[in-house]
Amino acid sequence: MAADSIAYLDNAASTPLCPEAVEAMAPLHRELYANPTGAHKMARDTRRRIDDARDVMAEALGSEPGEIVFTGGGTEGDNLAVVGRHMQVGGVTVCSAIEHHAVLEPVEHLGGRVVSVDATGVIDLDGLTAALDDDVSVVSVMLANNETGMVQPLVQVAEAVRSSAPNAVLHTDAVQAFPWLDVASLAADADLISVSAHKFGGPKGVGALVVRDGVELSPLLLGGGQERGLRSGTHNAAGITGMAAAAEVVLKSRAEQVVRLAGLRDLLVDGVQGAVPDVVETGERSGKVAGSAHLCFEGIESEALLFLLEDAGVYASAASSCSSGAQDPSHVLAAMGYDRMLAGGSLRLSLGYETTETDIDRALAVIPGAVARLRDYGTG
Amino acid sequence: MRVLAAMSGGVDSSVAAALLAEQGHEVVGVTLKLWGGESDTGCCSVSDVEDARRVADLLGVEHHVFNFGDAFDERVVAPYVNDHAVGLTPNPCIECNRHIKFDKLMVRAEALGFDAVATGHHARLETTGDGFRVQRGVDTAKDQSYVLYMLGQEQMARLLLPIGHMTKAEVRERAADLGLRTAAKPDSQDVCFIANRSGGRRGFLSRRLGDSPGTVVDADGTVLSSVESVRAVTIGQRRGLNLGGTDEPRYVTDVDIAASRVTVGRREDLYTETQPVTAIQWADEPVGGPVDIQVSAHGTPAVGVVDQAGRVDWEEPQRRVAPGQAVVFYQGDLVAGGAFAA
Repeated sequence: MAADSIAYLDNAASTPLCPEAVEAMAPLHRELYANPTGAHKMARDTRRRIDDARDVMAEALGSEPGEIVFTGGGTEGDNLAVVGRHMQVGGVTVCSAIEHHAVLEPVEHLGGRVVSVDATGVIDLDGLTAALDDDVSVVSVMLANNETGMVQPLVQVAEAVRSSAPNAVLHTDAVQAFPWLDVASLAADADLISVSAHKFGGPKGVGALVVRDGVELSPLLLGGGQERGLRSGTHNAAGITGMAAAAEVVLKSRAEQVVRLAGLRDLLVDGVQGAVPDVVETGERSGKVAGSAHLCFEGIESEALLFLLEDAGVYASAASSCSSGAQDPSHVLAAMGYDRMLAGGSLRLSLGYETTETDIDRALAVIPGAVARLRDYGTG
Repeated sequence: MRVLAAMSGGVDSSVAAALLAEQGHEVVGVTLKLWGGESDTGCCSVSDVEDARRVADLLGVEHHVFNFGDAFDERVVAPYVNDHAVGLTPNPCIECNRHIKFDKLMVRAEALGFDAVATGHHARLETTGDGFRVQRGVDTAKDQSYVLYMLGQEQMARLLLPIGHMTKAEVRERAADLGLRTAAKPDSQDVCFIANRSGGRRGFLSRRLGDSPGTVVDADGTVLSSVESVRAVTIGQRRGLNLGGTDEPRYVTDVDIAASRVTVGRREDLYTETQPVTAIQWADEPVGGPVDIQVSAHGTPAVGVVDQAGRVDWEEPQRRVAPGQAVVFYQGDLVAGGAFAA
């Protein structure tokens, strides 16, 4: 199937590299290939790209350039924040039940506390306060959820942490939020902020973690001492450069894209709900990031629906895929109290900056028929 | 035809998919993720899925993974445990075929627009009159027709068994010729969701059901020994009864779960002229006369007559079959039907 006949609605999983990033990265492959810590001119020129990128990411995330730590992506940033904090100061880790596995697994591994959410997928602030005390060393609450798109009340979370867990730092996984929300201002109270480039038009395998000045953190990778000793290893110079170029595009066009894509998302969700009976939109539309559409269809299984959508040129996803590629039941919907059967019929359609009305039209032309067909066949 | 090829990551299903692709069918491979727990065989592991995916890549066919874990728990694992709890000896592979591969997967395949499902079982499908019958695979040592007895006409009409006409050696040779990475992969064995390193069947059952210690008695009721788990004892069993050395081997002739009692006796005590059966099903019309009857996956058949009332009358006395085991009826090398030993 030709690429132009595909409606790619899986931008929360990954996005196409934006042309600006492609262009910015090109010289790093064949011209500026030196190790940026080297002593010669090519090394210095390469290093300059990284320094420039650091300035861009600092502006994008509302930090000082010296507070940016380049990472290998969202999972590494999340791990560095949670595990690195725990390694440095011990104590108890806390997170919400709807965190990405990159936060949830470390917290559970470290025997931490997991805070419940309400039926719309928003953290229970009373529950959070109850989980906080002097022993807590790090609290991690995401800015926007990867499945439902629901934005979390980070300002209130920060207040709760300041008042009830004086020894804790606040980490926010802003991986899904960055294309849609002004992270610099919304996460201003967070001590640690992680983002991942490929979720906003940058390359895969690179991200950034804001580590505010004075936050004590232990590195996970030891070696040459790059990134203030918090992340050893030769810089992914091309990736970092591409990420910064993509971040610049986000800063420049985010406000406009949010309006455009929220409109398309509404068109999509309203269209599906108008054409398909027994479908539930998760969370609350007004609380979601602009690009997120998340629905649960009664009486069908996501895997089968995704198969038919793919056949018709619509690429989407359900919950998170496990490493084998199978669809696993969603821990997010389970935390929201969804019945396992209904949760098993979830569909996430995530829009991105390159999504057009044509993509939405195609999805709307395909989804109702696919759902009806699967319902006709029962529980296959 | 548009065919959904079930690919476990093993050599048989790899070659099955390869043959179909070679024949010009539009093949899509699918690996079922059934079990998330421990396993010796590595079945359902990421590496098996990877093998299946790489074979599919080599064949130039698309590959998907379906997570049927909930259905597998509900329709295979839970009944396996519940059956043991009441003293039955179930065959989970048969229930997996019945409920997962030839029900859930077939329904899904049809819903997704496939004309047929293919598996790598060593068995054939024979057209008889206006219907189908499962026929033994060419490789009698590997024949898997026994675990396919439950197939109905509608299922057989939508099933392809591409390697049933090949020996295992031919399958491996073909896999090697095609350069498939699964060519030399060992055959899977035992129950895929039970790990030997965690105490095998007994360990699995005691984790699910708790221990069920019991006494071992002879026909007169004299206590001979004790066992850790009555539920893991099967009729006909000879080992693991803690009897020490005896002059003549003794076999389990009865398991009474309620009384936590295992009765042992001599080999001849196991023999019976009639075998009660339940849930009789036929591929076509019921057969009234003598049929060949096989009571284990690779056992030698014996002749008997199936009484629809729920009984097999043996021509010659046969060993009693553990309740819950499949009893499969053959006419020549065609499967005529089957039932459970009661």
